[in-house]
Amino acid sequence: MQGNQTSSDGSTDGLQREVAELMIENLNLDVAIEEIGPDIKLYGEGLGLDSIDILEIALVVSKRYGLQLRADSADNRQIFSTLRSLSDHIAANRTV
Amino acid sequence: MRLDALPLVTHASTDDIVAWRGGTGVTRDEFLTDVARLAALLPPGGHVLNMCGDRYRFSVGLAASIVGGKISLLPSTHTPETIRQVRCFAPDVFCLTDHAHCDLDLPCFPYPTLSPLGERDLAVPQVPVGQTVAIVFTSGSTGTPLPHPKRWGALVDSVQAEAARLGLLSGANHALLGTVPPQHMYGLESTVLMAWLGGNALCDAQPFYPADIVEGLASVSAPRVLVSSPVHLYALQRARLALPSLSLVLSATAPLADAFAREVEKTWRTPLLEVYGCTETGLIATRRPALSAAWHLLPGVELSEQAGRIHASGGHVQEATPLQDRIEVLAKGRFLLHGRVADLVNIAGKRHSLSSLNQLLLTIPGVEDGAFYMPDDDDARQVVRLAACVVAPGLSAADVTQALRERVDPVFLPRPLVFVSSLPRNSTGKLPRASLRALIETGEVRESA
Repeated sequence: MQGNQTSSDGSTDGLQREVAELMIENLNLDVAIEEIGPDIKLYGEGLGLDSIDILEIALVVSKRYGLQLRADSADNRQIFSTLRSLSDHIAANRTV
Repeated sequence: MRLDALPLVTHASTDDIVAWRGGTGVTRDEFLTDVARLAALLPPGGHVLNMCGDRYRFSVGLAASIVGGKISLLPSTHTPETIRQVRCFAPDVFCLTDHAHCDLDLPCFPYPTLSPLGERDLAVPQVPVGQTVAIVFTSGSTGTPLPHPKRWGALVDSVQAEAARLGLLSGANHALLGTVPPQHMYGLESTVLMAWLGGNALCDAQPFYPADIVEGLASVSAPRVLVSSPVHLYALQRARLALPSLSLVLSATAPLADAFAREVEKTWRTPLLEVYGCTETGLIATRRPALSAAWHLLPGVELSEQAGRIHASGGHVQEATPLQDRIEVLAKGRFLLHGRVADLVNIAGKRHSLSSLNQLLLTIPGVEDGAFYMPDDDDARQVVRLAACVVAPGLSAADVTQALRERVDPVFLPRPLVFVSSLPRNSTGKLPRASLRALIETGEVRESA
């Protein structure tokens, strides 16, 4: 895949890599950045994040990109399903 | 004189607000109508696993179960293994849920659409004080959950003592917004029963993100109370959002840092109180960490030392119960907490005994030896995670993690999981904590199979 390729909703490889780095750094994940592919599941099998991690990521994301995540949107679970879906959501809603 | 039965809710008037749904008040009559309608529809089984995510529906489900003489089961987690154990404990159990899909291996009863208010001035149900209304489970030290029956009279005493201490029995109808689920003891007592039994109003929402908490508070009338936990309070404070006025913030599950408590009181202009208790005893003490490190027992509750362990007894605590924390007893019903007893792990309010986690690890086919390790939590603002070492030559990290996921709540999954060729057990077979720590910190990681 080419660098900076744009995915369906406008996130880029660069943004995905940035978000993966944020996750590794803030959650002390014991994985290499290469292991977090765009379609790896964040919950459960895959990265195995839980709700405490998701809250932490939400805070970091809101500070870095200037958007507030909300649980009441029905697609909250969908947003956090993969690195790609989270990055797409950030790309579509970021103010910074 | 002790009454034989006590009312389900203490709201004096039929029009008093018992709950908030989507920002609209639900009156006592409307609530009791829903309770009666649901009670008539519930399946015949005598035990209920109430998984409703909407706290109002949870409360209607709980009340309908009580009115129908059913016992609500509250296991500490909902993994496939726990659900199997719940089914063994109560073969007639069914799951009441408002989720579109129920992935628990139980007969499922979807929360139905209930027809609106018909009659008015419904009588408040009187519940026998000796009726077991709930059984709460702790993880136990052997891997089998231990049941703790909760009788109505003791719950009423406990919750009203809590409400009186917190100033929530004053007749002012406080809106209680909870970030904690009602399916555990703290959430049950402080977000549902304290509304029913203190003349307050519960909120249907269970906000998760900081922005959700702000919206939830803004959707209800003052006076407002936020019932939460350190994880959510730290997140809310870090988000630096403007909050609607609060009368009280309540926290439990793990002690808050004193400096944080002072900062919250100053910036949110509200008292911040912590409550202390456990599944076995319910709530037994409160403190205001911005002012004092000492905890203050609820009226009637006493602490005493028996066989080297501190026990709580008296008040609503029916029999002397050993506490899972190291406690220094002070004069005048005060005490200090000095961390947990070594075997007990508390991660974001979820408790598990380390020895039972180790035992669960050893039940995984292919794991020859293994042990969990709990690092010291020196920074209260960071959630500390467990680590584990395993000897499992034929398994991958994913195999072990997946097998654990079937058995324990995800917060207990080890991070990191270290594969070793053998554990540094001493000649008696014991595993010194320092040796385990050294092993995990040096990370003698073998490539998993």
